[in-house]
Amino acid sequence: MRHLLSAGDLSRDEANLILDTAEEMRSLADRPIKKLPALRGRTVVNLFFEDSTRTRISFEAAAKRLSADVINFSAKGSSVSKGESLKDTALTLQAMGADGVVCRHGASGAPHLLATSGWMTGAVVNAGDGTHEHPTQALLDAFTMRRHLGSLDGRRITIVGDVLHSRVARSNVLLLATLGAEVTVVAPPTLLPVDMSRWPCTTSYDFDAVLAKSDAVMMLRVQRERMGDAYFPSAREYTRRYGLDVHRMAQLPENAIVMHPGPMNRGMEISAEVADSTRSVIVEQVTNGVAVRMAVLYLLLSGSNESTEEPPA
Amino acid sequence: MSPAPVPVPRTVLDASDISRALTRIAHEILERNRGADPVVLLGVPTRGVGLATRISERIAAVEGQSVPTGSLDVTMYRDDIGLKPARALEHTDIPPGGIDGKVVVLVDDVLFSGRTIRAALDAIGDIGRPKAVQLAVLVDRGHRELPIRADYVGKNLPTSLLERVTVNLTEYDGADAVLIADKTGAAV
Repeated sequence: MRHLLSAGDLSRDEANLILDTAEEMRSLADRPIKKLPALRGRTVVNLFFEDSTRTRISFEAAAKRLSADVINFSAKGSSVSKGESLKDTALTLQAMGADGVVCRHGASGAPHLLATSGWMTGAVVNAGDGTHEHPTQALLDAFTMRRHLGSLDGRRITIVGDVLHSRVARSNVLLLATLGAEVTVVAPPTLLPVDMSRWPCTTSYDFDAVLAKSDAVMMLRVQRERMGDAYFPSAREYTRRYGLDVHRMAQLPENAIVMHPGPMNRGMEISAEVADSTRSVIVEQVTNGVAVRMAVLYLLLSGSNESTEEPPA
Repeated sequence: MSPAPVPVPRTVLDASDISRALTRIAHEILERNRGADPVVLLGVPTRGVGLATRISERIAAVEGQSVPTGSLDVTMYRDDIGLKPARALEHTDIPPGGIDGKVVVLVDDVLFSGRTIRAALDAIGDIGRPKAVQLAVLVDRGHRELPIRADYVGKNLPTSLLERVTVNLTEYDGADAVLIADKTGAAV
């Protein structure tokens, strides 16, 4: 693994390695000194061209807990607002000696371009690109599910909402399929991509029909900023057909968990009672996010890239 | 025992030798610390954890009281971390009572350069402040690169740098044995 660009690039072994490593990283939260020396002397740049609170803070905390030096870059207030190109930004980072770049960009494929263009040599972590992918979110979701459900093999995961615009949904479907889970995506027909045949999951338009067969339900945010295009008649109708309220939650199997990548629209895709219920693991997802991102940064940045060494005697 | 290199793995300690060495180490730990009260055993993965568990069983048999036993992964504290490909982490399990004010006995299979133990001392420093740290190893093969020594040694084994010492334990390898082989010899 050189970069983390897509959840689909991960083999089952690689995904499990990241999740197992995250398990060890998570125990750090119980220690008096929440710091590990693994990335001492390495520089991680948080390159955020799009607004983000939790992802950026989570990556920042993860890198700092591993003793890396962190440089935060946001497009607002930088030379990007003067018209600097992605290439020139990358060349600047390279000149500063960035070992790892965590990139969030509004354009799908921007992290891929950074990783493959040769503009810079550091490892690239995709922290969300356009409507394409958000692999660390999928990893932290899988990590959270694994802690609650045990192995994901054969588990039935339901993802509900705006699949068309959701990078979280795409990354989750790819990763969960790799880990052996059976994924169902539920959305109004207008919010599903036209061709779902290459997605390793089943689709449904009827949320109520899949409730009883779900070990975990993941609600996606209704991206209000995109809803001007009239994908559904009204917010109330969306909530009535695809929102998770207490009545729908009551139909879930006993140990099923409720997830949401945040930020939530309470009362829209998820009711406040559900979000605050004991089945909701939404706050835990944020905690786990730091551990998973530590694992990713550790595995990408801690070693040299030559794999010739034999294990120690 | 002759330190001369041999082409095929040779058994230096068999199962009963290992058992006797661990029993002796358990008694020495109790004697040195005047009982089991202050002692916390921390094994260094992977073989050290199995050895720590066995020493803990022997202490329990002698004293009638169990000592807290855990494992300590030192991967992220190694001084060669940036020189090799990223390695998977092992499990760290600190006993619930913690290590503050205790006597931590680190347990490892082979003491060689001493670099693993240096890393372990750094790792301990991030977890708490023990009253003292002691070191128990099954085999001390010499060639130290740091000023580190073991307090409890199962066997001092003079070796050449060209040789490789392997500790096999039933839990991981199916049988108990300490083997020595030429580096070019049969895979061990």
